[in-house]
Amino acid sequence: MIKFLLKGILNDKSRSLLPIIVVGLGVALTVLLHGWITGALGDSIEMNADFNSGHVKVMSRAYAKDYEQMPNDLALLEADPLVKKMKNDYPDLDWVRRIRFGGLIDFPDEKGETRAQGPVVGWAIDLFTPGSTEIQRFKLQGAILSGKLPSKPGEALITNDFATKFKVKPGDAFTLFGNTMDGGMAFRNFTVAGTVRFGSSVVDRGAVIADITDVRKALGMEDAAGEILGYFNTGVYDDKKATTLMNDFNQKYKAEKDEYAPKMIRLRDQGGMAEYLDIANAMGAIMVFIFVMAMSIVLWNAGLLGGLRRYNEFGVRLALGEEKRHIYSTLLYEGLLIGIIGSVVGTAVGLSVSYYVQVVGLDLGDMMQRSTLMMPTVVRTRITPTALYIGFIPGVFSMVLGNALAGIAIYKRNTAQLFKELEV
Amino acid sequence: MKRHSLIIIAFLLSTQGFSQDAKTILDKVDRNMSSKNRILESSMTIHGKRRSRTLTSKTWSEGTEKSFSEYLSPAADKGTKMLKLEGQLWIYSTSTDRIIQISGHLLRQSVMGSDLSYEDMMEDRKLSELYNASIIREEKLNDRNTFLMQLKAKVDNVAYYSQKIWIDTERFIPLKQEMYAKSGQLLKRTELSDVKQIQGRWFPTTIIYKDMLKQGNGTEFKVTSILFDQKIPGYIFSKAALKQ
Repeated sequence: MIKFLLKGILNDKSRSLLPIIVVGLGVALTVLLHGWITGALGDSIEMNADFNSGHVKVMSRAYAKDYEQMPNDLALLEADPLVKKMKNDYPDLDWVRRIRFGGLIDFPDEKGETRAQGPVVGWAIDLFTPGSTEIQRFKLQGAILSGKLPSKPGEALITNDFATKFKVKPGDAFTLFGNTMDGGMAFRNFTVAGTVRFGSSVVDRGAVIADITDVRKALGMEDAAGEILGYFNTGVYDDKKATTLMNDFNQKYKAEKDEYAPKMIRLRDQGGMAEYLDIANAMGAIMVFIFVMAMSIVLWNAGLLGGLRRYNEFGVRLALGEEKRHIYSTLLYEGLLIGIIGSVVGTAVGLSVSYYVQVVGLDLGDMMQRSTLMMPTVVRTRITPTALYIGFIPGVFSMVLGNALAGIAIYKRNTAQLFKELEV
Repeated sequence: MKRHSLIIIAFLLSTQGFSQDAKTILDKVDRNMSSKNRILESSMTIHGKRRSRTLTSKTWSEGTEKSFSEYLSPAADKGTKMLKLEGQLWIYSTSTDRIIQISGHLLRQSVMGSDLSYEDMMEDRKLSELYNASIIREEKLNDRNTFLMQLKAKVDNVAYYSQKIWIDTERFIPLKQEMYAKSGQLLKRTELSDVKQIQGRWFPTTIIYKDMLKQGNGTEFKVTSILFDQKIPGYIFSKAALKQ
């Protein structure tokens, strides 16, 4: 019967073309949208985790209250022994020390006086310890636009946009001016090793990356760290594991009354990340629901129109003694076949476009000039195994549902009036 | 009707009289607080949230436009110098051997983590040049009689739009100040004490600053020695002096 139905669908294009186009379009858009949201959200979550939040973050309780302000005067003291202990207690994670800081970069003229200066956000990371994962985490090799990675103390990276604005090139000197942990004035001379672009306007407009040992000296933070970040060795954030880890860690310090005792928070607890994660998790269900609802209505309508057009055909089939139930089931089989054809075409088209956007990307840099969110300016889709069925299943289901709704009309046909209706 | 008019005229005259008094009071305050030049040694204790630290410095200033400060201790800040010349500020640090100019919004940043901003530090102009004053009432403050006055900015380039100021009725020294933004938000509070007579004028030798938007317990500024109207060599107020 399937072969018979397939022949009918392929030969009678007026029966199949519109539904296939509608299903195909819907499925293609769903696959593309899924890839887009997965890519944009995923990149943003990943970038935030790599630069700021980690998968879990340890700070002093006092620092944690205002951690977005980077209050280094409230930083964790004796951070190095703490990191050592954490590596021992929680070996499933890579633990790194970080200092985030704000300051001013001042470029000297030939007399050593201010030629230009601008505010920057700084990241102090471990650049020189053998085996440090921070260079990979910040994707520094790929981000370098000129010069090289710092190879010795006193060298730092600045963002390319900032360097261009102030006409600075690798090899030039600058002074970092900020506040020490004690609140005093912090001064330290650096040499620009290279310029970088991370592809996020909020970072690229003015940032400096330096080795944590240099920054500790500059800010008077020897053996201190603003934040200790933990990354799961799998490279993927796991909310359940992070919650267990956080509860276990915080329990150990529960009895301590010191407001500078360490406190752990998860990625989800930081700056809007909970919403990001929730959207990312719920996105599949939301999209399927919207898709099935919208497509069912469209295809129901299409089925009704088809039903009207095939009014006589159903009448003749009933007159010839075919059972209503059989006609209804053939209609459902037709829906299934059209749904499969449309969904295959739609998934193929959606995946092709998604792949193109994944490789080439879409530059939204101009729209993100004033953005305060840490997200890449070039947004890329991301194809995951989910893309293979996120549109396919609802595509088939909605077509069958559309035909099922439209086919109810068959049961309303009165056999006694058939000949009158058919004007025989 | 006639009686009401007389009351209104009397009220207007009294208000006019208060206004003149307020200006005279402010002039007397300026005579105490401002000088042709001065050499001041001071200590500044910053009571941070975590710990307190004390810095000592020596400052030479001339009129309202020139000032040169050198930090004497602690060791980490020793040798740091600041030069203010006609509204511009430069800082020299020994560790980097660099002269850095501070301008724009950075002037609102804290000096050495204290409750004073660079802007506060640079503001030496006379109160009577910056504000219109009116007396709110007289009141007792720490056993001293004071005029509680309201100051409202009459120039644009002033750090605080308005102030409440308690002025000693006898010595014409501010004993307390509250600085407000245009929105009415209280930004800073200062309490001045240990008023001493130095070279024929009254001068507060302890000032506690509190930045109301900042955590911590304020900054205590103590004058350890002050000399008015001294001969100060001109080279002090030059960028060359920063590196010496």
